Amino acid sequence: MEFFQLTIDGEIVTDIDVRLSYNHRGMEKIAESLQFDQIPFLVSRICGICSASHPLAYVQAVEELAGITPPDRALYVRTIINELERIHSHILWVGLAGHFIGYDTVFMWAWKYREPVLDLLEEITGNRNNYGNVKIGGCREDIPDEIKPKIIAELDKIATKMEMLTKAILDDPVLHARLKGIGVLKKEDAINYCVTGPTARASGVDIDVRRDDPYAAYSMLNWNVITQPQGDVFAKAVVRLLETFESIKIVKEALVKLPKGPVAIEVKEIPAGEGCGRAEAPRGETFHYVRSDGGNRPVRHKMRAPSYVNVPSFKASCLGGNIADVTITLAAVDPCYSCTERLAVVNDRNGKILHDYETLLKLSREKTEKIKKELL
Amino acid sequence: MDRDQLTESLTKIKNELIKVEKTVDSRLYLVCESLNAHKVSNFIFKTLGCRFVTATAIDSFHYYEVLYHFSHDQTGTVLTVKALIRDRENPSIESIAQFIPGAQWIEREMHDLMGIEFRNHPDMRRLILADDWPQGVYPLRKKTKDEKVS
Repeated sequence: MEFFQLTIDGEIVTDIDVRLSYNHRGMEKIAESLQFDQIPFLVSRICGICSASHPLAYVQAVEELAGITPPDRALYVRTIINELERIHSHILWVGLAGHFIGYDTVFMWAWKYREPVLDLLEEITGNRNNYGNVKIGGCREDIPDEIKPKIIAELDKIATKMEMLTKAILDDPVLHARLKGIGVLKKEDAINYCVTGPTARASGVDIDVRRDDPYAAYSMLNWNVITQPQGDVFAKAVVRLLETFESIKIVKEALVKLPKGPVAIEVKEIPAGEGCGRAEAPRGETFHYVRSDGGNRPVRHKMRAPSYVNVPSFKASCLGGNIADVTITLAAVDPCYSCTERLAVVNDRNGKILHDYETLLKLSREKTEKIKKELL
Repeated sequence: MDRDQLTESLTKIKNELIKVEKTVDSRLYLVCESLNAHKVSNFIFKTLGCRFVTATAIDSFHYYEVLYHFSHDQTGTVLTVKALIRDRENPSIESIAQFIPGAQWIEREMHDLMGIEFRNHPDMRRLILADDWPQGVYPLRKKTKDEKVS
C-alpha cells in the first residue's frame, strides 16, 4: 500500500514522496519456510488481480533451475488464464480512470463488462481470483473441452461491447482535451526509472516479456505488442484498451489450438541451483528469482511486482503538473485501488495538509466539467 | 545484437569479473567482487542498454551477495551481476542508484531487510520497515528467526 504526499506551490506540484509498508507482509521471509509446492498459493496472494502472473513467474523460475518442461497443454492453459486476467484487469482500470475524471458511466459499463470474465475464470479454476491453478510441472486443473465454445461465445460478446466503449472513449473530444499532454512520462525517463508494461509501452519503450523472453504458449500464437509514443495519460489508456483486444485474440486462438494430453508431469526433487522467472502481468513484468540448495525449501526467493518500478516514475511524470491532474496521472500507471485513495497535499510554505483524496478527486472531476462546458 | 554478440561484448569487462556462469541460454550470471559491481553494472546499463529489473540480497553464511538483475530485452536475456561482499561485519557496496534512478527503492529495501550499506545512495531513508522497527534487526538475515521482535 502506498501513501503519496504531494508538495505544491499554488496549484503546481513541486515534489512527490511515496511511503510504503502500511502493510508489509514479509512474503520473501515466509517463502523460505514453505516447501516449493506450497509457494504458488503464497505468491498468488501478493495481489488478487495478479494472482495468475505471480505464481506463473515463480513456477517458471523453479522449472528453469530444475530443468523441467511442462506438457504443451499446460502451457496453453497457463496462457489462457493469464490473458483472461489481463482482460479483466485492463477493463477494471478503464472503469477506475473514468471515475477519477468524472465519467461514471464509463465506470459502470466497464465493470459490467468485466464481470463475465471473472465468471469464466471461476468456471475454469473454481475461483474469481487466487486461482491456485499453476504448479511446478504444469497445471492443477484442465480446461474441459466442452466449455470451450462457451468461453469463445462470451469473449465475442465482450469484444463487441469493448469495441463500442473503446470507440466512445477514443472519439470523445472532452477526453482528448482532458487527457492528452497530461502526466507525460518521457521515453528517457521511462528508461531511467526502468518502468515496465503499459506504462513503458505508452512512452514508446517497445518491451513485452511475452514476446521478448517467451514463456507459456505465447511464441506459438499470433498477436501484437501495442505501443504509443506520447507518454501521456491518453496514450496509456489507448495501450490498455487495444491490448484488451489482443488478449481476447490470444485466448480464442489458444482455445482453438489447445493440444491434447496431460496438463502436468510429476515432479519429485528440486535440485540445487538458481533460476529467474518472468511473466508479463497486466501492469508489467513480474520477476521472481529462486535459489535452492537441494532441500525442499528455497534458500532465497525474491519477488518483484511491476508497480515497484512503475510507481517511482511519478517523480518524472507529476512534477510541474497541476494538482487537478495528479489523481489521473497516478492512476494511469494502474497501481491498486487502495493505493490511490491514500493521497494528501502539503503546502510548500507551511507544511500543512491542504487536500485529501476526496478533494483531489473533486478537483480532477471539476476540471473535466470545465473542459466539457468550454467545448460544448 | 544477438545473444552471441552479447556474450562477446562481455569480454570488455572481463578483468572486473571472477567468472561468467550460464545456467540456460537466456540467463547469464556475472560473478564479481563487490568493489567492481558498480563498474560492471554501469557497463551493462549504459553501454549495453539493458533494463534494470531488480536486485536480490542473499545471506550466504560466509559472505553476502547482491544480485543485480538486468534484462537485455532485444534478446530476452537476463544478465545478473552477482556481487560478493566478503566483509560480514560491515557489509557495504557502492550504490548503482547514482546512475539508475529505478534502483533507488530496491537498494533502500535491501538496506532495511538485509542490513547492507549502499555507499553514496542519494536517499537512504527507510522504505519497507515500520518507523518503530528496532535498529539493527534485519529480517532477511538467516539468523533472524521468524518470531515476534520486541
